[in-house]
Amino acid sequence: MIGYLRRNSVLIAGFGVLLYMFLPIFVVILMSFNDPASRNSYSFDGFTMHNWLNPCEPYGMCEAVGLSIRIGVVATVGATLLGSLMAFAFARHRFRGRSAANVFTFLPMASPEIVMGSSLLALFVNVGMGGALGFWTILIAHITFCLSFVVVTVKARLAGLDPSLEQAAMDLYANEWQTFRRITLPLVFPGILSAALLSFSLSFDDFIITNLNAGQSQTFPMFVWGAAQRGIPPQINVIGTVMFVLALTLVLMGDLNNRRRERRQSSE
Amino acid sequence: MDRRNGLTGYLLLAPAGLWLAMFFVVPLFTLVSTSLYDPAGSLETGYALSLNPQNYTAVLADYTPILVRSTLYALAATAACVALGYPLAYAIAFKAGRWKNLMLVAVIAPFFTSFLIRTLSWQVLLGDRAWIADALRAVHLLGPDGHLLATPLAVVTGLTYNFLPFMVLPLYASLEKIDGRLHEAGADLYASPLTTFRTVTLPLSMPGLVAGTLLTFIPAAGDYINAELLGNPGTQMVGNVIQHLFDGGSYPEASALSVILMAAIVAMVLLYIRRAGTEELL
Repeated sequence: MIGYLRRNSVLIAGFGVLLYMFLPIFVVILMSFNDPASRNSYSFDGFTMHNWLNPCEPYGMCEAVGLSIRIGVVATVGATLLGSLMAFAFARHRFRGRSAANVFTFLPMASPEIVMGSSLLALFVNVGMGGALGFWTILIAHITFCLSFVVVTVKARLAGLDPSLEQAAMDLYANEWQTFRRITLPLVFPGILSAALLSFSLSFDDFIITNLNAGQSQTFPMFVWGAAQRGIPPQINVIGTVMFVLALTLVLMGDLNNRRRERRQSSE
Repeated sequence: MDRRNGLTGYLLLAPAGLWLAMFFVVPLFTLVSTSLYDPAGSLETGYALSLNPQNYTAVLADYTPILVRSTLYALAATAACVALGYPLAYAIAFKAGRWKNLMLVAVIAPFFTSFLIRTLSWQVLLGDRAWIADALRAVHLLGPDGHLLATPLAVVTGLTYNFLPFMVLPLYASLEKIDGRLHEAGADLYASPLTTFRTVTLPLSMPGLVAGTLLTFIPAAGDYINAELLGNPGTQMVGNVIQHLFDGGSYPEASALSVILMAAIVAMVLLYIRRAGTEELL
């Protein structure tokens, strides 16, 4: 027994750290069934299904979720499109200033959110949009901070591709467009898909940058922030649980799909 | 594919490049110019550009202790992330076997619920009546009137928790590239596991460690969510102050403090990268 513990001490420590990372998730799931005794209750006071049956009860919450989804979808489409093009430029083309541009793309990821948010706010205010903060300014901010993540994700996928596949297509008289359409795009697509998923979750989750540039609009994280000052409705945890389960299902399905494909390929 | 010429490259680059120029680079310049406005103005009456560093001297006089505190909290959280993240990344890379993919999914899974909701659940976990506080009281690590919530410890715990995946993923990526036979070679040459780790594994994982510490330290230094939700008025970080200054309409001061934060982070990062000797990272 002691020998077993010694041999696997690193693995056990690893599982311990994972437990630390999951503690708050357990709390979120548990608290979604909470029947709070008071508005500022920090403890589990009793079990109820009420929150799950009436998710939109807290005033303005579902409207905020709706706004977050709308912004998330549009920002994801915009950032994935722009970022994927840029990733192709970096991975497939040589041009002057390429490495400088490459480093520059990392900068948005490396600057603190509060700085990025306040500089965008300074811009909007200086061009006279200070009174028009809302959907469009949030959208611009979200596309900006998602872009770099898309570039990095898609570029990594492109770098992992075997160039001989594209060369083989060209050797078989496919032109550049056919090669791209039939060979490159299908192979890169999983990378583009994960970049899009990442963009959506970054956008849906962002608070600091959004809060500076939202004006009177209220996204879901802003609703949560406001609620945190007044007392948190348990329905927030319902949304949190649904998000978690949905995203986990998507990721596990993708993983399963990959495994099935790998097995098929290895059996051929 | 070197045979493709530059023009297509520029065309593919242009849309995102222009977007970043307009909404990332230009705003940084606007931030600097806003920080030089005369603070006597307001959004309604307009500001006069004074080119006078008065906003900088004013915010430095008022908020230097908070800047120092932010740096300390971010450093503590980064150190804790190394302490927790390294064993986890190591376990996934070398010990997990068929559990590898599942453990990787588990590392990013907490991301799937909102950052704010997870931070709020630390309020529950660190509350006075929660089991963690009870357990610590039972072993006398916490006095009978001791609190966990609304302390610097709670803020650092929250920061550590929120940015841990940013440490684990790059660490894992560089550990995974290490050839397992190097460990065997170390053992064959009579090195103890600890010596093998110190002289082989650790140096080879440096790129991941440097990337992980930067990805943890930078967002932690600018964060204000943990300080606000888990701390008390005495644990405010620089992000809280910037947000409050903007809320109060003091745009020039808020911008000046933002510029100072950015400059301080860039300076620390450059110094760190030079010391760590991994310039190829940039």
